Amino acid sequence: MKKILEGSRAIAETIRNIGVDVISAYPITPQTHIVEDLAKLKADGEADYEYIRAESEFAALSILIGASAAGARTYTATSSQGLLLMTEVIFNAAGMRLPIVMTDANRAVSAPINIWNDQQDAVTMRDAGWIMLYGEDNQETCDLHLLAFKIAEQCLIPVMVNLDGFVLTHTVEPVDIAEPKLIKKYLPAFKPAEKLAVKNPLTFGAFATPAHYMEIRQELHDDLAASKKLIAKEMAEFKKVFGRALSLVDYYGGKNADTVVVAMGSVLGTIKEAVDELEQKNAVGVVKVTSLRPFPTEELLKLIGRKKYILVVDKSVSLGEEGILAGELRRAFYGRSQAKIVGAIMGLGGRDITKEMIKQTIDLARTAKEQTIFVGK
Amino acid sequence: MKKYKAPLSHILNPGHSACAGCGMIIASRLLTDTIGPNSIMTNATGCSEVTTTQYPMTSFKIPWIHSLFENSACLATGVLAALKKQGQENVNVVAVGGDGATFDIGLGHISGMWERGDNILYVCYDNEAYQNTGYQTSGSTPLDANTTTAPAGKESFGNPTRKKDMIAIALAHHVPYVATATVGYPADLIAKVKKALSVKGPKYLQLYVPCVPGWGINPKDTVNVAKLAVQTGYYPIVEYINGELSGKMKITQQKPVEEFLKLQKRFKHLFKPGAEAELKKMQEICQENIKKFGLL
Repeated sequence: MKKILEGSRAIAETIRNIGVDVISAYPITPQTHIVEDLAKLKADGEADYEYIRAESEFAALSILIGASAAGARTYTATSSQGLLLMTEVIFNAAGMRLPIVMTDANRAVSAPINIWNDQQDAVTMRDAGWIMLYGEDNQETCDLHLLAFKIAEQCLIPVMVNLDGFVLTHTVEPVDIAEPKLIKKYLPAFKPAEKLAVKNPLTFGAFATPAHYMEIRQELHDDLAASKKLIAKEMAEFKKVFGRALSLVDYYGGKNADTVVVAMGSVLGTIKEAVDELEQKNAVGVVKVTSLRPFPTEELLKLIGRKKYILVVDKSVSLGEEGILAGELRRAFYGRSQAKIVGAIMGLGGRDITKEMIKQTIDLARTAKEQTIFVGK
Repeated sequence: MKKYKAPLSHILNPGHSACAGCGMIIASRLLTDTIGPNSIMTNATGCSEVTTTQYPMTSFKIPWIHSLFENSACLATGVLAALKKQGQENVNVVAVGGDGATFDIGLGHISGMWERGDNILYVCYDNEAYQNTGYQTSGSTPLDANTTTAPAGKESFGNPTRKKDMIAIALAHHVPYVATATVGYPADLIAKVKKALSVKGPKYLQLYVPCVPGWGINPKDTVNVAKLAVQTGYYPIVEYINGELSGKMKITQQKPVEEFLKLQKRFKHLFKPGAEAELKKMQEICQENIKKFGLL
């Protein structure tokens, strides 16, 4: 049913309709309304999940490890400092192969302390072994949550669904909230093959010596890489059930453009509008990356490997080097594409990204000698 | 004669790699046999985890999970929530951790679990230091113990601070069942585990477990040292129900603290000339306990 909702509320209602068993959360500054709305839905008798107040974000995810291992479908939401505090548990959840789904409202990290949007928090968790998805708007973000549970529970890999803090979490938009009946057609009940149960006592979280550790880590690596095929398949399946398209990568604009702008998240809307206003119509294409892990290397090469100029807009930076997405693209394209890749760091700590800035940066990308430029001062 | 219980009929089984004379593993055997098969255990990182579950083997015949050093209490809360959702609230949920995991790094999480009132038995294996990683000082390390991060030396008598009072911390959370026990007195330990499980809500049981290499004791002395800790007044064995002192193990014949200390290399430096004042402090700690709990 289509409703006009705040982004956080839309996600909360989606999670409720999915039929999650255990939710645990902590309101570190900054949290979002997602966990408040989930608490209210429970308080009003409109949801039947267990809702556990945790004593920290670290605890929230740890509680889900226990619940997930005991066979529950689990969910939490966090942001910024909360995500960083969880770091140890984030790596652990992936290593333990527990299909937890978490929303991260992307926001800047301290210091200086700042609660506004950028994407530094989640990209810092890139190597933890989670599948990492990014929504462009609230509809897509809600849809990615449905996909997230479907993938997580098949691959036994946790999934982080990212959306831009404030820009999406606090924005009111029309969203088609999937109804439980339809969700059941897409997402079967969670029935893990192995769980903590007294009838079949198993040990979880064993200690691995050098004789076994490496194979176990490689298995996670291989499975994470292989999840890309499954994600693509489940995205197609999603379209069949819900009628809305999801994709690992998406191209917008003139097919013959020699220049493309690549980004993740809500900034794509601004970029598309900026490109539409350019004098030379169809001269610039826009590429959305939905999945940071697994990274859609082949898909991007096929889509834009032959372009002349690639501008990557990053709301994050590997300090001392370059933006995370730019670095990913450079690595993926090395020796396989002649494109000139320029990374633009924009919007850190909630700095506005305007259409004018995008237009000027596209010009810079064609002429800049530097690999990385900071834009927005 | 009591029926012989074959080694593999226990819940904690042979094949683990704990030291000969390990106090923790004795406590773990007694604990698991008492909680029985209708239980799920969560375990903090430490000797109790490393020695029992080396991949691809396990010593446990109950569902058991380890995740990190500090989150055993959190895991237990999660397991409990899942069981509630599955309508299986009759299963015992037991969280365990060493004193480092309990007194220090996991303390905030234990506080959270207690504050939520979760129906979980939390058991601390208290061997008074980070023994698994090489005998470093924890919040549970007693005054004057020699550790690798508070070593005794020309200008040091070892650990300069007193042991943190976890029992008082538990009581401050209104935990309805709080008790200490030790492998020195197994029947008392077993009785307390049973009693704890009969109480609904959070339960805290702190088990005094000598560490052979960390304390520098002879493996044959594990039980003796644990008994001496009680009989000197050094480690009071107490029980609180709903905040009231409901039980205490009386000292049958008080022994001087030196008898307890001299069996342990971690206190060796207290028997050198110039340490007399420190020995006096140790005796004072015993007297303070005896007075506080009425142990004589």
